Amino acid sequence: MGSILSLPWFDFTVSGVVIGSIYALMAVGLALIFGVANLINFAHGAVFTVGAYVGWVCAVALGLPLWATVPLVALGGGLVGAGIEYIAIRPLNRQSRIAPLLATIGVGLILDQIVHILFGANPRALPVPMPGWRVSVGQGSIGPIDITIFVTAVIAAAALYAFLFRTRLGMAVRATAQDEDAAKQMGVNIHAVNMAVFAIAGALGAIAGLLVGIYYNAIDPNTSFQIMLKGMVAIVIGGMANVPGAIGGGVILGLIESYGIALFGASYRNLFAFAVLLLMLLVKPNGLFAKGREREAEPMTGTFVIQSMPVRPPGWLLALGVAAAALVPLAGQPYLTQVMTNAFLYALAAISLTLIAGTVGLVSIGHAALLAIGAYASALLTIAGLPVALGLVAAAAITALLGTALAYPAFRLRGHYVAIGTLAIGEIVSLVILNWTSLTNGSMGVFGIPPLTLFGVDFFSTNPSYWLVLGLVVVFALLQTRLLSSHLGRTWRAIREDTVAAETYGVGSNYYKGLAYGFAGFTAGLAGAVTAHQFSYINFDTFNLLTSVLILTIVILGGLGNVTGAIVAAVLVAGLPEMFRVLAEYRMLFYGAALLLLIRFRPRGLLGSG
Amino acid sequence: MSSGALLSATGVTRRFGGIIAVDGVDLHVREGEFLSVIGPNGAGKTTLFNLISGQDRMDEGRVMLEGRDITNLSPRRMAEAGVARTFQHGRVFGNLSVMDNVLIGCHTRLRAARPRVPVVAPVLEILRALIRPASVRAEEAAMREEVRAIVATFGERLTPRLDEPTYALSYANRRRVEIARALALHPRILILDEPTAGMNESETVEMRDIVDALKRQGRTILLIEHKLDMVMRLSDRVMAMDNGRVIAEGTPAAVRDDPKVIEAYLGHATIGGGEPAEASLMPGTSRAAGGVQ
Ligand SMILES: Nc1ncnc2c1ncn2[C@@H]1O[C@H](COP(=O)(O)OP(=O)(O)O)[C@@H](O)[C@H]1O
Ligand SMILES: [Mg+2]
Repeated sequence: MGSILSLPWFDFTVSGVVIGSIYALMAVGLALIFGVANLINFAHGAVFTVGAYVGWVCAVALGLPLWATVPLVALGGGLVGAGIEYIAIRPLNRQSRIAPLLATIGVGLILDQIVHILFGANPRALPVPMPGWRVSVGQGSIGPIDITIFVTAVIAAAALYAFLFRTRLGMAVRATAQDEDAAKQMGVNIHAVNMAVFAIAGALGAIAGLLVGIYYNAIDPNTSFQIMLKGMVAIVIGGMANVPGAIGGGVILGLIESYGIALFGASYRNLFAFAVLLLMLLVKPNGLFAKGREREAEPMTGTFVIQSMPVRPPGWLLALGVAAAALVPLAGQPYLTQVMTNAFLYALAAISLTLIAGTVGLVSIGHAALLAIGAYASALLTIAGLPVALGLVAAAAITALLGTALAYPAFRLRGHYVAIGTLAIGEIVSLVILNWTSLTNGSMGVFGIPPLTLFGVDFFSTNPSYWLVLGLVVVFALLQTRLLSSHLGRTWRAIREDTVAAETYGVGSNYYKGLAYGFAGFTAGLAGAVTAHQFSYINFDTFNLLTSVLILTIVILGGLGNVTGAIVAAVLVAGLPEMFRVLAEYRMLFYGAALLLLIRFRPRGLLGSG
Repeated sequence: MSSGALLSATGVTRRFGGIIAVDGVDLHVREGEFLSVIGPNGAGKTTLFNLISGQDRMDEGRVMLEGRDITNLSPRRMAEAGVARTFQHGRVFGNLSVMDNVLIGCHTRLRAARPRVPVVAPVLEILRALIRPASVRAEEAAMREEVRAIVATFGERLTPRLDEPTYALSYANRRRVEIARALALHPRILILDEPTAGMNESETVEMRDIVDALKRQGRTILLIEHKLDMVMRLSDRVMAMDNGRVIAEGTPAAVRDDPKVIEAYLGHATIGGGEPAEASLMPGTSRAAGGVQ
């Protein structure tokens, strides 16, 4: 007890409030956008990074003072924000709820890649001269950096309030957030409102990027996603579109993290955020500050699956395709065969995600977690002595069980919350892998995973390995197709179309979502396990968020729910870029652009959604 | 009083914040009876039916079906108990074919395809769907046959479109699909929430004939309806609601002539046709969109 009390609580509180005020700046932008455009802006983290680098250019390259840097950063962020609205959001014309969310993921990837191209992938120092004094308060102290950050955040929030409550455009923003249709009828220009909100959010997010850079005296081009997630957690705490709530949520999150680190250590920092996120989604999905039981919204019917008839290629064409694929190794080009092996592993993962996201309608942004579970399960079991064949099957079964259990909390969620929830679950899995050192070897990763030898037969050299993966793809595609034509297929699709109506006709939606997750988990776990044996080394980052986004892109390209489409799209998205050097080098740019263009021009995918 | 009732609800109350949407309503339906609930918009009819069919939980009250307490059961358990309902704004599964929509209505009756064994049921259900033993195939075939028979009762409207997705159907046909789906449940009681909402005159007449046919099959039916003409023709008994309370109950003629009912309707100035006002309050559920977007 004494040792806990003797920790420097004042300092933790100060740093919690300072970091929290940065989270609040991020969250306010997300909340404004959610209120007006009804979407979670996944590119918001990239805007933060852009802000940090604009700040570096101004303060370091040009040597400008802070008072000149802040407005320039805000301007840069504002322009980027407005650009996001103009390029990614406006053309979609609200075709479906989840489409703009996915489009912002695409823009985020593109922006991140641009920063990488311009400034390199390594962190840079951001020295901003500060006076050296500190005011001591009790046992702790406050320094000029703390005060600068806090004051800047408060001024930015005050400016926002002045805008929202003192200007015509600000009133239009508030009116649109209240009731878009009513606002439209009163002559509000929704496009202008949207763009203004994205610009303001961009400015605030960019300032947050600068402030974090000043606080840590470093900027890092790889933190976009993490910081976006923090902002998202803050608005979930605060109640999504609730702007003052977002500020409160940001500060609360900052304090939770700061105290949590004090008690458990810094490597748990992100775990707190996601645990809080999941807890909030489950217990108080309307936010801490919501009053009472809210009116239930109309169901989000057909959240993403657009009304279309899937293309059904004739059986002989599919057989021909498989035969052609089986001949690939005979071309005598080992590199091609390896690339295709990798593409078919993605196909296996995509088949499983298309069941969850397409057929059942749970658009998951955390699918890589299933691959990771399968990979670790098989790696650890076989290193412990289990034969590889058994390891693969056990890993698939473990993934089916564990994946379903982990996703279960997300089954209750709808629409955007499914995306947020699965994302959080995915991140939690990766953080648990990172921190559970005794089991997973922590950040060191797992070495020496046995090669693919099944019943004494070599499946690890290039060609057999390819045929094995191709065989798995064909088998699981057939199994899934058969399931889709059974009562399970229609039941899953009914749940996707209208969960309430399905329940009204006696369908236990959670049970059937569980069945889908179980089957998909089995497939995905197998894909992860095979990958692990091929790589012989895995760590917590082998299957990361980019993997999840890539699989989702494949699934959308193929047509949500479309098994054949998922395979074809995997070859196009995961195979093709590797054959062209430029595409492989700017992979994120390619994926981002592919996602953006797809959602814009062919949301039903190549072969139509099923 | 409730003796002989198939379904009896007593003291049903639901509050939304300050509003008491349903205020101590009693409702009893005998086997084979056709009971209509009328009332101006906002009277609490839909809320009452949501409570009875498990879509919403009541704050007070009790519902018995054939002597069994079904108060606040989940919608799924209600379906298993034999309560089937349609929705005011129509809720077909847009991307599913007519056949699949109606087959979902059969879901509670699947035996072979849905093993009831504890613990391993999920694995068994997937395996049976993959392997399809003869029992599963026979069951599926029988259900499909039955769906064809149900759909055939709508004449030539739906039969040629069995394999079309329902988003491609006309509004009236979608409502037919909804009723067919409800019938496929083999309901003990059928709850219809404004089946003619948003229909034009000839469609309304057609729907009236469909409901009339259901009545003549001897089904127990609870109907919410704005269009008094239909209510007067079909009902054995009518209940009028206003502000969450029952203001009149009795034969169609008696309720129609009850001054309190006339006043309630006049007070809201929407006698017989509150639809446009309601539709405009619900963006996205207009007729063109048909509630399936
Ligand atoms: N989920 C809800 N939250 C808050 N108020 C509701 C909700 N559902 C219905 N109400 C209110 O309850 C009253 C009765 O509505 P409803 O049952 O839809 O009437 P009716 O079907 O007779 O037109 C209305 O005042 C309506 O606004
Ligand atoms: Mg109603």
